[in-house]
Amino acid sequence: MELPLDFATLRLIWWALMGVLLIGFALTDGFDLGVGALLPFVARTDAERRMVINTVGPTWEGNQVWFILGGGAIFAAWPFVYAVSFSGFYMAMYLVLSALILRPVAFKYRSKRPGAAWRRFWDGCLFVSGFVPALVFGVAVGNVLIGAPFRLDDDLRSFYEGTLADLFTPFSLLCGLLSVSMLALHGAAWLGLRAEPGPVVDRARAFGTVAAVSSMVLFAAGGLFVAFGELGFRIVGALDVNGASNPLRTAVQAAPGAWLDNYGRYPWMMLAPALGFLGAGAALLGLWRRSEPLAFGGSSLSALGIISTVGLSMFPFILPSSIDAQSSLTVWNASSSRLTLFAMLIVTAILLPLILIYTSWVYSVLWGRSTTAALRTNPDLY
Amino acid sequence: MIDLAVVDLSRLQFALTALYHFLFVPLTLGLSFLLVIMESIYVMTRRPIWKTITRFWGALFGINFALGVATGITMEFQFGMNWSYYSHYVGDIFGAPLAIEGLMAFFLEATFVGLMFFGWDKLKPQVHLLVTFLVALGTNLSALWILIANGWMQNPVGAAFNPDTMRMEVVDFMAVLFNPVAQAKFVHTVSAGYVCASVFVLGVSAFYLLKGKHRAFAKRSMTVAAAFGLASSLSVVVLGDESGYTLTDNQKMKLAAIEAMWRTEPAPAGLTVIGFPSLKDRHTHYEIKLPYVLGLISTRSLNGEVSGILELVAVAEDRIESGVVAYDALERIKDNPQDIASRALFERHRNDLGYGLLLRRYVEDPRTATPDLIRMAAWNTVPNVPVLFWAFRFMAGIGLYMIALFAAAFVLCTLRKQETRWFLWAAVLSIPLPWIAIEFGWIVAEYGRQPWAVDGVLPTFLGASSLTVAQLWTTIIGFALLYGALAVVEVGLILRTIKKGPSAGHDDEAAPVVANPPAVV
Repeated sequence: MELPLDFATLRLIWWALMGVLLIGFALTDGFDLGVGALLPFVARTDAERRMVINTVGPTWEGNQVWFILGGGAIFAAWPFVYAVSFSGFYMAMYLVLSALILRPVAFKYRSKRPGAAWRRFWDGCLFVSGFVPALVFGVAVGNVLIGAPFRLDDDLRSFYEGTLADLFTPFSLLCGLLSVSMLALHGAAWLGLRAEPGPVVDRARAFGTVAAVSSMVLFAAGGLFVAFGELGFRIVGALDVNGASNPLRTAVQAAPGAWLDNYGRYPWMMLAPALGFLGAGAALLGLWRRSEPLAFGGSSLSALGIISTVGLSMFPFILPSSIDAQSSLTVWNASSSRLTLFAMLIVTAILLPLILIYTSWVYSVLWGRSTTAALRTNPDLY
Repeated sequence: MIDLAVVDLSRLQFALTALYHFLFVPLTLGLSFLLVIMESIYVMTRRPIWKTITRFWGALFGINFALGVATGITMEFQFGMNWSYYSHYVGDIFGAPLAIEGLMAFFLEATFVGLMFFGWDKLKPQVHLLVTFLVALGTNLSALWILIANGWMQNPVGAAFNPDTMRMEVVDFMAVLFNPVAQAKFVHTVSAGYVCASVFVLGVSAFYLLKGKHRAFAKRSMTVAAAFGLASSLSVVVLGDESGYTLTDNQKMKLAAIEAMWRTEPAPAGLTVIGFPSLKDRHTHYEIKLPYVLGLISTRSLNGEVSGILELVAVAEDRIESGVVAYDALERIKDNPQDIASRALFERHRNDLGYGLLLRRYVEDPRTATPDLIRMAAWNTVPNVPVLFWAFRFMAGIGLYMIALFAAAFVLCTLRKQETRWFLWAAVLSIPLPWIAIEFGWIVAEYGRQPWAVDGVLPTFLGASSLTVAQLWTTIIGFALLYGALAVVEVGLILRTIKKGPSAGHDDEAAPVVANPPAVV
C-alpha cells in the first residue's frame, strides 16, 4: 500500500506534534507544577494549604499524562531522541522521576492523617515535585540549545561524555529559572481562577507579578545569549529530507548565531517570541486589574510562545551534539520509519480530539472555586 | 566492549522497579472492575449500603492507584534511561504501543479517576457509574497495550532489520497488534489481576467477619468477590499463556526450561509434576511425570512435538553460524551502502542476525569467534532451568489453590454460611498469595526470556545504555530507599483504612443492633 503522505511531511507533522504535546503539558500540568512550587509561600495555614491543593486535586492526574504521553510519543516517533537524551541526561532524569514519584503519593496521602509533621512533610514533597521538574526541564532545554556531549558509533550506539554538574551552565540555569518563572506565573494565574478570594489569592498575585516580570527579563536575556553566545548549528552539504533515519549521513557544523537563521528566512516565526513577551505582559495586566481570565490566558500564551520559540529557533535540529556535530539529531534523520509515523498519526488524529472532549467535560463538571468551607463538609477532599 | 557490570546492574534495577510496580497494578486492574460491579448493584437497587461498599473499596483503590501511577512513570522512562540501545534498536515498533497506551488508556483512567472520587455529589448515579466504568476500562486497556509491547519482545512479529538505519522497523502493524502471544498474555495477566483483587476483598471481608464487625458490609462484599474470583481463577489457569510457547525458538526454550525437559520426547510429551533439575548434569533427578499431558496442553494436539533443551541448543548453534554471515554482510553494507551482493546475502541471513550478536558477549567481532565460543553462546540461550522450573510450579500451585478457595467461597456464600471459621481464616491467610504467584509469573516470563531482550533479535546485554557503575548504584540505592519508604507508608495507610472500616451508619442489615459497636476496635 502506498502511504498518502511522504516521509518529509510526516516528519514535519510529528515535529509539530511533539511541540503540541510539550505545550499541552506546559499549559495543563504546568499550573499543577506551579501551584506545587508556590504552595508553601502562598498558603500558610493547614486549611489554606488544603484549599490550594484542592484547586488541582481532582484534575492533576489527567494533566500529568501529557508528560508521560510526551515521553511515549518521543519514543515512538523519535526513538533516537528518546534514546540519546534520556540516557545522556541520566541523573537529571532520575531527579525528575524521583520528584514526580512523590507527587501522586503526596496528593493522596497528605490529608489522610491529622498530624502537623506528617502534613508539613508532604507539603514539602509537593513543593519539591513542582519546583524540581520545572527547574530541570528548563535546564535540559538550555542544554539542548547548547548541544549535548554525545557521539554515535557506526552501530548508532550513543556514548555520552558529561556529568550531572556539567548540565548547570550559566545559560542553562537561566533557562531553568525562566521555566520556573513561567510555570509559577501559570500556577499563580490558576489560583486566581480557582482559589477562594482572600489572602491566598492576594499572595498568589504578588508572586505571579514577580514571576511575570522575571519571565520577561529572563526570556530577553536568553535571546541575547542565543544571539551573541556562540550557540547554533547548521546542516552543510546535501540534505535528503526523505532519506533513511541515520544521523551519520548528514553533515553538520557548529555555527555560532545560527539559531537566529530561521527568523531571517521566515519572518512570521517572530510571532513566537513576540507571544512570549505579550502573553507575560497580558498576564501582568490581568493580575494587576484582577481579571483572572486575562491573567490565565496571558500566562498560557506566554508559555506557548516561549516553548515555540525554542523549537522554531532550532529547526530542523532537535538535539545537536556539542562534541561531534556529525552525530546531531534533526527532524530529517532521527525519526521512526514512515510506516510508524503514518500509523501513529492516524491513531493520534482519532484519539487526541476525544481526549480534549472528555477532558473538557471533566473540567466543566468539577469547575468552581475551592473553598476552605468545603473542607469541613466534604470528606472526599484532599 | 560492553561493560557487563553495567548490564547486570541495569537488569537488577529494571527487575526491581518492574516487580515493585506490579505489586500495585493487579489490584488496580481487578478492584476497578469490582467497583463497577458493586456500584452497578447500587445503581440498580439504590440501597445505601452498596454505596458504602463501593466507596470503602474505592478508598483502598485510591491509595493503591497512587503508587501504581507513581511507579509506572519510572517504567515509561527507564527504557530510554537504562536501555538506550534497545530503545534505538526496536523503538520503531516498541514505542508505538507505549504511546498508544498513553493516548487510549492512561489519559482515560487518569482523567476520570479524579471525577470518580470527587464527583459523587456532582453527577447522577448512572453517570457516576459510567465514570467508574471508564476508569476500569482505562486501566485494563492500559494493560492491553503494555502487553502488546511486551508480547512483541517475546514474539517479534511484523518487523524486519533495516541496514540503512541499523534498527528493526515495522513492516506489518496488524501483525504487531494481533500478536497471539500478546493476546494470551493479556487475558492471563488481567485475569490474574482480577483474582488478586478478589482475594483482597475476600480476605479483608473475612477479617471483619472474624472480628464480628461490619457484618452486613462484609458479607455482601464477600459474595461479589467470591463470584468474580471464581470466574477469574478459572480463567487465569485455563487461559494460561502456555499456548504461546510453541511459536518461537526462545518460547520453546522457555517451555523446555519450565518443564526441565532436556531431550525431545516422542509426542505427546509427558508433564513433569515435580523433580530436581540440575544444570550441571543436564538432567532432572527424581522426576514424576504425567504421561501425554504436556504435549496436549502446549501443542493442543496429539502429535505435536515439544522440543527438548539439547535439541534447541543445536538449533541455536546453527543459527549463530548463520548470524555470523549476516553480521559480516552488514559490516560490508555499512562500509558501502551500495554493495548489492552483500545486501542480497544479508537478506538471506537476516533472521539470524540476533544470534550472531550473541557472540559479542565474548568477542568484539563475531566473525573471529571460534567453534568453541559458538557452542558456548548456543548454551547461553538456555535460561536458568531450576529457577524457571520452581517459579512456574509455585505460580501454578497457587493458581490451583485459588480455584479451590473461590469454589469454597462461592458454595459457602450461596449457602449463607460465610461465617465458617476455618474458611474465614483461610481467606485472611491467603491475601498475600496472588501477589506471590504474579511476581513468580513475571519471573518465568522475563527471566525465561534471557539471554534476549527481544527474542532472537537483540541480546539483553547489547541493549543497555553506556552508563557507569557509579551512576547505576546511585539510582538503584535511590529507588530502593524511595520505594521502600513509600511501601511502608502505603501499607500503613491501607491497614489504617481497613481498621477504620466503612463509614458507620449505613449498616442496614435487618438483624438487631450489632453486638460490637463500630467505634471499638
